[in-house]
Amino acid sequence: MASQRDIRRRIRDVGRIKQITRAMQFVAASKLKRAQDSTLQARPYSEKIDEVLADLAAVLGADEHPLLSRREEGKRLLVLITSDRGLAGPLNTNTIRFAARTITEHEGDLTVVSLGRKGRDAMRRARVPLEAHFAGYGDRPAFADVIPLSRLITDGYVSGEFGQIDIIYPRFVSTLVQRPTMEALLPITPTEDTEGIPGNQFIFEPNAGAVLEQLLPRYVATRLYQAVLEAKASEESSRMVAMKNATENADDLIEEYTLAYNKVRQANITREMIEIATGAQAH
Amino acid sequence: MPLLLEIVTPERLVFSDSVESVQLPGVEGELGVLPHHTPLVSMLGLGELRIRKDGEVETFAIAGGFLQVRPDKVVVMAEMADMAAEIDLERAAEARREAERALESGFHEGADLAAARAALQVALLRQRVAERRHREGPRRRG
Repeated sequence: MASQRDIRRRIRDVGRIKQITRAMQFVAASKLKRAQDSTLQARPYSEKIDEVLADLAAVLGADEHPLLSRREEGKRLLVLITSDRGLAGPLNTNTIRFAARTITEHEGDLTVVSLGRKGRDAMRRARVPLEAHFAGYGDRPAFADVIPLSRLITDGYVSGEFGQIDIIYPRFVSTLVQRPTMEALLPITPTEDTEGIPGNQFIFEPNAGAVLEQLLPRYVATRLYQAVLEAKASEESSRMVAMKNATENADDLIEEYTLAYNKVRQANITREMIEIATGAQAH
Repeated sequence: MPLLLEIVTPERLVFSDSVESVQLPGVEGELGVLPHHTPLVSMLGLGELRIRKDGEVETFAIAGGFLQVRPDKVVVMAEMADMAAEIDLERAAEARREAERALESGFHEGADLAAARAALQVALLRQRVAERRHREGPRRRG
C-alpha cells in the first residue's frame, strides 16, 4: 500500500493538472465565443455572393467559365482542415479518419492540401501525397489568410491539373457535436436562382461575363473562409468539452485519493494504538 | 418607399439600415441609387460611398467587390469597407507610410507589384476619407 506521503503528493499533482485543464477550458470557451461570432458575421457576405452567383448562372451557361465546367481528367484534390494544436478531444482524429475513408475509397490519382498541422502529420504518416501545407490561421482567421490557398486551387483547376476539389472539415453543429463533413468546392455548382428577382431581370455592369470572372474566385475564397471559421469554432468547442471532462476526472481522482489517504491514515492510527496498548500490557 | 442598404465584407456586416439615397463608385464611374432603381449588378471600384439619411451624410471608404441593386434594397459586397468616423487617423497615416515603404523598398514584379500598388491606393483612400470626416464632421444638408 502507498504511504501517506505518496498519496498526498499524488493529490497535489492531480490538483495542479486540474488547475491547468480548468484554465484551458475557460480559455477555449472565450475563444469559442469569438469564433462563433466571426462565423455569424461572415455569413451575410457569403449568402449574398451565393445569391449573385445564382443570378449570373441563370443568365450564363456552365461553359462560360472554367471554374464552372466539369472535368473528366485531372487529379482529385482534398483540402483537409484540422487544427494546429492538440488537446482538442477526438476532433482531429475523427476528421482524419473521415478523410482516410474517402482517400482509400477513391480510385485514381489523389492529392491533399493540408491546412493545420495535425492533418499534415497524419497524411505524412499514411504516405498520402501532399500538394501543399498551410499552417493554421491562429485564433482569428482573416479573410486575407485564405487567399493564397484559394489561388493555388483555382489556378490548379483552371490549368487542368485538378479535376475535382473537395474540402473536408469538422462542421460545427453545436458545442457538443462537430461532424466531419465533405463539401464539393470545384467545379462550382451555383444554387438555384430562387431568391429575390430572377437573374435575367438584372443589368450587369460592365457585363455578365466580367462580373462572373471577378466573382468566382471570391466565391471559392469565401467557401474556404467559412470552412476555416467553422473548423475553428469546432476546435475550440471540442477542446472546451475535453478540458471540462478532464477537470471533472481530476475531481474524481482527488476524491478517490483523499479516501485512500484517510484509510491509510486511519490504519496507521489504529496500528499505533494497538502498539501502545500491547506495549502497556507487557509491563 | 425606404431604401434598405446593407454593406457587407467577407469578415463582417458593416452597415444595415434604411437610407434616402446612396452614392458609390461603380467600376464604370459614380453611381447614384434612389428607391425604385432598376435591378442592377455591378462591379465596384475604389472610392467613397456616401449615404444620405435624415439630411445627414455619412461616408465610407470602400474598395473592390460587387453591388446588387433591387428596387427596395442595395447590397454592397465590398472587399474592404470602413465607416469614415471609425477610421483612426493616426493608424491610417501609418498604414499609408507603410504601404509607401513597401512599394519603394521592394523587388516587386507582376502581380506582386499590382498588389503593392493597390494596397497603397486603399491606404491613401482611407486616410483621405478619414481626414475629411475629421475636418468637417457629419455634414448637414437640407
